[in-house]
Amino acid sequence: MNITVNGQSRVIDVGDAPTVARVIDALGLRGKRVAVECNGAIVSRSRYDDTVVKEDDRLEVVGAVGGG
Amino acid sequence: MNAPREPVLSTANDDLVIGNRTYRSRLLVGTGKYRDFAQTKAAVDASGAQIVTVAIRRTNIGQDATAESLLDALPPSQYTYLPNSAGCYTADDAVRTLRLARELLDDHRLVKLEVLGDAHSLFPDVRQTLKAAETLVAEGFEVMVYTSDDPIVARELEAIGCVAIMPLASLIGSGMGILNPWNLRLILEQSKVPVLVDAGVGTASDAAIAMELGCAGVLMNTAIALAQDPVRMARAMKLAVEAGREAYLAGRMPRKFYSASPSSPTSGLIS
Repeated sequence: MNITVNGQSRVIDVGDAPTVARVIDALGLRGKRVAVECNGAIVSRSRYDDTVVKEDDRLEVVGAVGGG
Repeated sequence: MNAPREPVLSTANDDLVIGNRTYRSRLLVGTGKYRDFAQTKAAVDASGAQIVTVAIRRTNIGQDATAESLLDALPPSQYTYLPNSAGCYTADDAVRTLRLARELLDDHRLVKLEVLGDAHSLFPDVRQTLKAAETLVAEGFEVMVYTSDDPIVARELEAIGCVAIMPLASLIGSGMGILNPWNLRLILEQSKVPVLVDAGVGTASDAAIAMELGCAGVLMNTAIALAQDPVRMARAMKLAVEAGREAYLAGRMPRKFYSASPSSPTSGLIS
């Protein structure tokens, strides 16, 4: 499936479960503390498993970094 | 500065009170501009800061999964994270960023709101800041708001419900110290919520002066991170904030142009 993650087009293998959880896994981010937006709406961690991702969806995956 | 200010109500051991939380340290520090995470942690710990600001940015995908992150060096369980909306130039972006921060940190609601108006000076856009503050407060965020030293704006931000007002001393990263102590004093006189100087602190005396004026605390990043010896400067800042606070609570002597009042007796002089 083609989706955009953090502004970059990516092909993600979602198998038979096109969920945010599957995308997070495929990106190697399982267990990392991140926050996710799908098409501008925040997807809370508790809903990763039942939030469906569709072709051409736009995801933002963010984390905390050093800043003032 | 002649009129003494009413003493600030505080806890028995003079803890910093923000919203319904108390903190022993009145020094808050940023985590940016350090050489590496080890130096960040060493400096933060030397400063005694309990509240650390962090920025919210896109995760690097494909990065080595074992690479250390800021959260490994400074676990959120040991420090109070204050996510900021740094880099945002509109209320919408700031609100969006801080909503993500809240989700990131398990519904943690204490945030630093910052909306900039100019990429060169990094001066805050107070109109966008006011707009963002309204939205965030309505959504249950506890907003510590970075702003200019305009006392009317500060008053409006407090009326909106921000839990702390954070006027700049001078431009972000400039190290120029407090350029307008008079505006700061106006803000301090009118505010019922804590006022913390944020931005422009350069060295220890700047922090001490902020506290002597009556600020509840000081937030800084560059002053420590870009010192020749950041860990040493962090220690200096810890002491400066404590010294300034003690001096404020002690109530300074009045300033007079001259007083003909020597400290030694005027009688018993030999002749």
